[in-house]
Amino acid sequence: MSETANQKRDVDGDAAIGRHLEREYEAGWVTDIESDTLPPGLDEDVVRFISGKKNEPEWMLEWRLEAYRHWLTMDHPKWAHVHYPKIDFNAISYFSAPRSQEDRPKSLDEVDPELLRTYEKLGIPLHEQEMLAGVAVDAVFDSVSVATTFRSKLAESGVIFCSISEALQEYPELVRKYMGSVVPYRDNYFAALNSAVFSDGSFVYIPEGVRCPMELSTYFRINAENTGQFERTLIIAEEGSHVSYLEGCTAPQRDENQLHAAVVELVAHKDAKIKYSTVQNWYPGDSEGRGGIYNFVTKRGLCAGERSHISWTQVETGSAITWKYPSVILRGDDSVGEFYSVALARGRQQADTGTKMIHLGKNTRSTIISKGISAVRAENSYRGLVRISPTADGARNFTQCDSLLIGDQCGAHTFPYIESRNPTATVEHEATTSKVSDDQLFLCRQRGLDPEKAVSMIVNGFCKDVFRELPMEFAVEAGKLLEISLEGAVG
Amino acid sequence: MLKISNLHVTIAGEAILKGLDLEIAAGEVHAIMGPNGSGKSTLAAVLAGREGYEVTEGSIEYFGEDLAALEPEERAWRGVFLAFQYPVEIPGVTNLEFLRASVDALRAHRGEAATSAVDFMKLARATCKQVGLDTDFLKRGVNEGFSGGEKKRNELLQMLLLEPKLAVLDETDSGLDIDALGVVADGVNTLRSPERAIILITHYQRLLNHIVPDRVHVLSGGRIIRSGGKELALELEEKGYGWLTEAAA
Ligand SMILES: Nc1ncnc2c1ncn2[C@@H]1O[C@H](COP(=O)(O)OP(=O)(O)OP(=O)(O)O)[C@@H](O)[C@H]1O
Ligand SMILES: [Mg+2]
Repeated sequence: MSETANQKRDVDGDAAIGRHLEREYEAGWVTDIESDTLPPGLDEDVVRFISGKKNEPEWMLEWRLEAYRHWLTMDHPKWAHVHYPKIDFNAISYFSAPRSQEDRPKSLDEVDPELLRTYEKLGIPLHEQEMLAGVAVDAVFDSVSVATTFRSKLAESGVIFCSISEALQEYPELVRKYMGSVVPYRDNYFAALNSAVFSDGSFVYIPEGVRCPMELSTYFRINAENTGQFERTLIIAEEGSHVSYLEGCTAPQRDENQLHAAVVELVAHKDAKIKYSTVQNWYPGDSEGRGGIYNFVTKRGLCAGERSHISWTQVETGSAITWKYPSVILRGDDSVGEFYSVALARGRQQADTGTKMIHLGKNTRSTIISKGISAVRAENSYRGLVRISPTADGARNFTQCDSLLIGDQCGAHTFPYIESRNPTATVEHEATTSKVSDDQLFLCRQRGLDPEKAVSMIVNGFCKDVFRELPMEFAVEAGKLLEISLEGAVG
Repeated sequence: MLKISNLHVTIAGEAILKGLDLEIAAGEVHAIMGPNGSGKSTLAAVLAGREGYEVTEGSIEYFGEDLAALEPEERAWRGVFLAFQYPVEIPGVTNLEFLRASVDALRAHRGEAATSAVDFMKLARATCKQVGLDTDFLKRGVNEGFSGGEKKRNELLQMLLLEPKLAVLDETDSGLDIDALGVVADGVNTLRSPERAIILITHYQRLLNHIVPDRVHVLSGGRIIRSGGKELALELEEKGYGWLTEAAA
C-alpha cells in the first residue's frame, strides 16, 4: 500500500496495457475477498482473523502474534521532527473489504477540485481519474493477453513476482526464510504493527545468475483496493542476479486510510544487485493539511554477500507526513549501498526522511545524495546515520545533503549522525542550503519563462544528481511531478 | 520603438534615475556611457522589469505599449532582451535545456510550434561556434563555473538564439579578451537590422570601433546629460566625464 497500492498510473506510459494487466490480476492473482470488514479495533483475534482469511500457514500466524505482543510493549516514536495528533489504533479497521460503493464519492464532482486539476495536468484519462480518486465506478476492462505474455516471460527466466499472499501459498519456505530477516518485528513501532497486521504486498525472487528481463513495477501487480494500509514487500536476489524494481506512481493517490505503515525488505546475495526506485505522491491533504496521508515506512536492504549492491532512489512529494529511512546493511565484504533522494515538502507538509548505512564488511562503500526542497510553510528534515563497525576495515562513505528553500517561512533541517569505530574508514559529509534566488528567477523570466516554469526548472536542476539514477520514464514523470507540486509555491 | 520620458526610478526608496529621456527608433544602435554608479544598469533592469525598481514618475513606451505595466516574461515575449552585466548561475539546469525552454516560450507566444530537439541542437551548436564557445557548454549548467568571459559569450549565445527586437547589452564587452570583443561586435552586427534596436552600455570606446552607433549618450546622476554622434565617444575617451558632469551640476 503505502506507495504502491491503488496504483493506477502506468509508469511505462502505456495506460492501456496497465489496465489490461490489472484485469488479468483480478482474474488470476488476487485472493478472493468476501465482503466482510472487521469493526475498528486491534486484539489477538483480529490478527487471527486476518491470517485465517488469507489461509496462512500456522508459523505465519505465530509470527504475527509475536509481533503483536511485542508491539503492545512499545511506545510510539517521538523523535522524528514531525508533529501530528496521536493516532488512535483502536479506531482503525484492520481488515476491510474494498470500500462499498455507497461510501465513495458518487462522481468527480465530490472530489477536491485541486486534486482534479492535478490529474488533468498529468494528463490522466477521466476514467483513471475516477479510480484514483476512489469514485464509485464499475470498472470494466478488456481482457487481453498482455499480462500473460508478461508473466510467461518472467517465468521463463525463473523470476517469481507475485503478491505476498500468493507467495505464502505457493512458496511458503522462501517467505519463511526471509520475512523478518532484514526488518525484524522488534525493529520499530510501525514495523511491529505491520508485522502483526500486514495486508499484502509484493514478493520478488530472482534466481541465481538471472538478470531480470524487465523492470518490475508494482503497477503490474497491485489490485485496485486491497493492499491496504500495511503493505509488506520482500525482494530476494540470489547470487549474481540483478533486478530493478519500481514502486509508486506520480498521480496523487487518495485513500480512506490516513495511516500507512509499510515494510520493505531486500536481500542481495553475493554479486547480486537490487535497484529499488520509488516515486511517492500520496495525497498531502487540502490547503490546511486535512485528509492527508501519514506515511510511516520501514525500508531496509541487506547486502548479505560479497560485492552485493543495493541502491535506493526515491522521489517523495506527497503525504501530509512522511517518515522513512531506506537503509542498507553492508555485511558482505566489498558490498555497496546507495541512497538517492529527493524530498519535496510544500504547504503544511512535514517530511522526515533519510537513510542509514551500516558498514559491517571490509571495504564496504556507501553513497548518500539527499536533496530536500521546502516551499511555503513546509518542514523538511534529513536524518542520516552512517555507522562504521570495528570489522569494517577500509569502509568508505560519502554523504551530500543539499537543501533548497523556496520562500522564507519554510524550514530545512539536517541531522547527520556519524559513528565510526574503525580508524581505517573514510567518512565524508557535505551539506549546503540554498534559496531559489531572485537573480535566478529574474534571469529565467527575462528569458521568457513564467515564474512557475522558472522555479520548476531551477528545482529540477537542483535534483539532477538524483533524477539521473531513476529509470528514464520515471525520471521524466518525476520532473513533471515536481513542476506540478510546486505550482503556487512562488509569488 | 522605444520612448522613455522623464523616467524617475527609486530602489528601496532611493532615487536612482531622475528624469531620464531617451528615444530609439527601429534599426538604430545607441551606446550609453557614463561613470560608475550613474544608473546604467538600473535603466537596463527597469526596461527588463526587475522587481524592486519602482517607476515613480514618467513613462516607458515600447511599440506604443506601457512597458512598465508588464511582467518581465511578458516583456521577453514582446522581444525585450537583457544581456546581464553579472550573469547568474543556475546549477544543474543545462544550458541546452534552458535555451530551448526560452526559445520555445517565445515561440509559443508568437503562436509557433515548439522546436524539435534535433533542429534546436543543430542551431544551438552553430550559434555556439559563432560566439566562440565549445559545444560542451551546452551540456554544462547555466553559467555554472563559467569564466567571466565565457559568461558574457553565453549571454550573446542567448541573444542570438532569441532574436530580440530590443536588445540591451549591459557591459557585455567588459572582461573580454581582444578576440572576444570582435565576437561581441559580430554578434551585435549580425542582429542589427531595420526592425531591431540595440542599446549598448559600455565603458570603452574601442567597442564602438567595431559597432558604429547611431547615437551616443552620457548617463550621469540618473539623467542623460549629453547625446551626440559617434564622435562623442572619442571625445569622452580623451577628456573623461568631468567636463560634462561639472557642466551638468
Ligand atoms: N538594490 C539597490 N539598493 C540600493 N541602491 C542600489 C541598488 N542597486 C543599485 N543601487 C545604486 O544605484 C546606483 C546606480 O547603480 P547602477 O548599477 O545602475 O550603476 P551603473 O551605472 O550600472 O554603474 P557601473 O558602471 O558600475 O556598472 C548606484 O549608486 C547603486 O549603488
Ligand atoms: Mg552597471
